[in-house]
Amino acid sequence: MEPVIRAINLHKTFNGQKVLNGFTLSVRKGQLCAIIGQSGIGKSVFLKHLVGLMKPDQGQIFINGQEITNMNNKELSVIRRKFGYVFQNGALLDSRTLFDNVALPLREVLRLKESEVRERVVNELEKVGLGDAIWKYPSELSGGMIRRAGLARALVMNPEIILFDEPTTGLDPIISRTILKHIRQLHRKLRFTGVLITHQIPQAFDIVQRVAMIYKGKAAVIETPDNIMQCTHPVACQFIHGRLDGPIKEDYF
Amino acid sequence: MTFILLLYGPFFYKILTSEGRPMKIDFFRKQYSTSEILYHYIDYTGKLILDFLEAIGKSGMFLIKSIIGLFQCGCKVKNVSEQMLFIGVKSSFIIILTGVFTGMVLALQGYYSLSKFGATALLGPAVALTLIRELGPVLTALMVVARAGSALTAEIGTMRVTEQIDAIEIMGIDPFSYLIMPNMVAAIIAFPLLTAIFDVVGVWGGCLVAVQLLNLSMGSYFGEMSSYVEMSDITNGIIKSVIFAVIVLWICLYMGFYTKGGAKGVSTSTTRAVVFSAVHIFMWDYLLTSILGY
Repeated sequence: MEPVIRAINLHKTFNGQKVLNGFTLSVRKGQLCAIIGQSGIGKSVFLKHLVGLMKPDQGQIFINGQEITNMNNKELSVIRRKFGYVFQNGALLDSRTLFDNVALPLREVLRLKESEVRERVVNELEKVGLGDAIWKYPSELSGGMIRRAGLARALVMNPEIILFDEPTTGLDPIISRTILKHIRQLHRKLRFTGVLITHQIPQAFDIVQRVAMIYKGKAAVIETPDNIMQCTHPVACQFIHGRLDGPIKEDYF
Repeated sequence: MTFILLLYGPFFYKILTSEGRPMKIDFFRKQYSTSEILYHYIDYTGKLILDFLEAIGKSGMFLIKSIIGLFQCGCKVKNVSEQMLFIGVKSSFIIILTGVFTGMVLALQGYYSLSKFGATALLGPAVALTLIRELGPVLTALMVVARAGSALTAEIGTMRVTEQIDAIEIMGIDPFSYLIMPNMVAAIIAFPLLTAIFDVVGVWGGCLVAVQLLNLSMGSYFGEMSSYVEMSDITNGIIKSVIFAVIVLWICLYMGFYTKGGAKGVSTSTTRAVVFSAVHIFMWDYLLTSILGY
């Protein structure tokens, strides 16, 4: 079966620095794949390539078998409707209330009637436990609430694919766990295809089916969570256990 | 010479020690050969020229896209009215305030000049013509840049650096029609209206000074106005204000939309937007005056 997401041999350089250097990854339908790796190694850059916000210098990306690498903005906006994207900092529009933020794609893309918009937005916000904060502005919300609001906004369009860019970074352990639990429940219920960038190891491994580790611009390890935890690959082993000795050392410090 | 050194010394020092270039020139730490210094300056100049050409291309495309967008009428009335409130209604107080004082000072200065020729009876038409043809559109545009234009650049710039514009794009919404076009349309409606307000309160401000301070009669102030102020003067003022609206919004929105970096990037974009807009207003004012007739 054709994978939903297929990235082949991606290369990307910023100001002479190679970030992606032959990165290849496939994610099958209904699979949730975690991407781990050092900070600044190109994990978010890869996600932005998947939605066409960045173009690779070399390589191809296929979404549902359709190559998106050379698509124009109009074609990309159609492809993007298949995606939900949960940003690291939420990326909610500050000048809009929570309700308006979640309602935005329903009003602007689907152009639904206001009664229908209201029903779907309230329903989605209640699912993530923000039913009481509907009319609040992002500046009035806590970090955890902003991430949940971002999740609600990503889900409101019933996307086939959801990309999570460090949805738990900077949150306390309990809220992080709650968000991961929520993602697991949603994944079991909706069976979406997803990519999750996370540093929440090993908690995040409970909810994903595969783990890919980026190292030196490549997917150095692609394994099941159990295999990766068994330390068969020295780079992955050092990273997940946070050891100071190992192959990553020279790059890290 | 001392003055130039004091004023521009930090600038030259920054260029000489500029970081982020292929080679850092630091005369205090290491001696560089002439060829290395030459290479540095050729590289630096080349980069500046390339950046300049890229900016011209990008901003040109931005303007063309905005003008095409105006004819497509793709933005929602609700979004336009929100921006009308911000650009138009909320700027009206500052426009009234500056309009009154401009009219008042014009009356004072005009009286001084006209009295030398024994033509104080023409004070009213002089104030009205200066305001309607020149100062109304120019000062209104400058005040809107200071109040609303800078705020728009900062807002859109912040949206860019905090990935809010990326979020809009990923949702399948065209950020251009959602963010840029409502502001453009709102400004094209608001600028001529604000200019008209400026002109009217300016004329009344002049009247206040003429009647209360300079002891002219209201009749002599307004009497000759209708014979000297023609419809073409008013039309020219309105045309100017519409063109200023497009130019100001083009610069402010472009600067915000392509902001790079964090808080520093937003502040740089905002400063550039205000400075470039002000310079463009004066340049285009001269061009339009020479085209529309004087």
